[in-house]
Amino acid sequence: MALQDKDRIFQNLYGLKEMGLAGARSRGDWDGTKEILAKGRDWIINEMKASGLRGRGGAGFPAGVKWSFMPKEPGPRPHFLVINADESEPGTCKDREIMRNEPHKLVEGALIASFAMGAHASYIYIRGEFFREAEALQRAIDEAYDAGLIGKNACGSGWDFDLYLHRGAGAYICGEETGLLESLEGRKGQPRLKPPFPAAAGLYGCPTTINNVETISVAPTILRRGGSWFAGFGRENNTGTKVFCISGHVNNPCNVEESMSIPLRELIERHAGGVRGGWDNLLAVIPGGSSTPCLPKNPCDEVLMDFDSLRAMKSGLGTAAVIVMDKSTDIVRAITRLSYFYMDESCGQCTPCREGTGWLWRMMKRIHSGEAELEDIDLLEKVTYQVEGHTICAHGDAAAWPIQGLIRHFRPEMERRIIERKGGASAAAA
Amino acid sequence: MTATSDWRAEPESFVFSDENKAKIEMIVAKYPDGRQASAVLPLLDLAQRQAGGWLPRVAIEHVAEVLGMAPIRVQEVVSFYTMLHDKPVGRHVVWVCTNISCMLRGSDEVLEACEAVTGVKLGQTTEDGMFTLREQECLGACCNAPMVQIDDDYYEDLTAETTTAVLDAFKRGEIPKPGSQSGRHTSEPENGLTTLKDTQGGDS
Repeated sequence: MALQDKDRIFQNLYGLKEMGLAGARSRGDWDGTKEILAKGRDWIINEMKASGLRGRGGAGFPAGVKWSFMPKEPGPRPHFLVINADESEPGTCKDREIMRNEPHKLVEGALIASFAMGAHASYIYIRGEFFREAEALQRAIDEAYDAGLIGKNACGSGWDFDLYLHRGAGAYICGEETGLLESLEGRKGQPRLKPPFPAAAGLYGCPTTINNVETISVAPTILRRGGSWFAGFGRENNTGTKVFCISGHVNNPCNVEESMSIPLRELIERHAGGVRGGWDNLLAVIPGGSSTPCLPKNPCDEVLMDFDSLRAMKSGLGTAAVIVMDKSTDIVRAITRLSYFYMDESCGQCTPCREGTGWLWRMMKRIHSGEAELEDIDLLEKVTYQVEGHTICAHGDAAAWPIQGLIRHFRPEMERRIIERKGGASAAAA
Repeated sequence: MTATSDWRAEPESFVFSDENKAKIEMIVAKYPDGRQASAVLPLLDLAQRQAGGWLPRVAIEHVAEVLGMAPIRVQEVVSFYTMLHDKPVGRHVVWVCTNISCMLRGSDEVLEACEAVTGVKLGQTTEDGMFTLREQECLGACCNAPMVQIDDDYYEDLTAETTTAVLDAFKRGEIPKPGSQSGRHTSEPENGLTTLKDTQGGDS
């Protein structure tokens, strides 16, 4: 059964209603926040665990469990919540809508999450290009301060809480959580080795939790309506509602909040007006942002939009950014463009990524133009595995996966380009 | 040297304006004592806006001085982030997203239109200093692809024709209305809502 409007958390996802504090309050934001805080840290974390909410930034780590990693008793070092609003994964544009249309959900979530992890201060790191979104969010923060919802004795709870907005300046890698911390401390955004994990030593060496915008923004509604309410959508281990971004070759690209585990085909046909030229005109889908391996049409007929179903197809939910490609797509060019992106955005710290992403892109370019040998495809695949898992952060993995997906599902198309360039007729073209 | 070359000149000195000095006080106060280096990106942004869209060496050195950082540390930050320019740029920087979602919906045509209107290629600045054209990675507006960023605003749901119209407006000294150029509000489905149709509350 499709999600009903009454169960949608983001009632103003499209900004068609008033986004200021009065509008937000009329949609239920800031209702009983003081009472939620009064139930205490353990109640909040247990309720979040019961909701089954998994992080919405891509990795899908259970949010309540992550919050519980923070030290129980604050030591001499302050605790921090850092909110990752560096939305940059190609295909992904959901946090933007939350920040400009539903900013109070994020501000209220920041207070509640910070309280639950013993933090009196939180930083929102927003990508620099989101200039207007930063303005909208800052207005909401200012409104919340003026209304006594945050600041000293936030909501009359006795908890002091400060929320700061910090703008980045254009670097994809700052969406990696430790790269983000480096950037926030005033350096190049080069990811840190883990351990130590941020919960032990994060921002300024203090206990820190980093969460995605959507993860934090859904928390207040979960706590008002109950973890079991949220857990009632989707499937076990894949619960809740989720904002999906549907882009590419569909009739009506859009963001939409739906139930987790909705079939991919239903998602596209119900909300995005279907694939351009009809479902049978589908070539492939990248289901969860650029780093998730593409899927050809066959699995797309059945696959569910959740962590486990997509993982079973050797792809992933990622950020739930569904990039649709119809049969007119030059898919080798599309994946080559992603390879260029990963090369462009490599921070240069680890040799396998710095050198490997460039090598992968150059080889993809050669295969696209056909100026390669058939055995180069095997070599290309081998090199992706030499990059994957051999770097400090997951950027190297993210560069490897799209190519692995291409080879897995579209090898004949890659071979065709090489054979035809040599003047031969390929089986794929026949 | 032509009459228009002065916008490329390296200034001899840079100090923050009084207005920016007041802002800096508020910005630095966001971070714990002794952690003022955290303010380096916001201060570089202020400096860049004040200096005419780019960061001359003297501005970088001034930011370092204000924050008590070694100039080389600030310089390496400048070189790391794409929005910070250590060379002069035009009055309007046009960032064309060519990443996958935009590519699938016609960023090739958008880029061609940008090149045709400005008369320059990617990475170049027009001789009159009006436009700098840059390729950009995903700008996070994928459901409104293809799109470009011009200065602080996004122009979305573009075609070659609307791209040309937007840039022509800048040429006339106007600031065209940002957002969707096809008439959408934000990222709702173009031909009618599929959700959030029957909800009340907070209507604007």
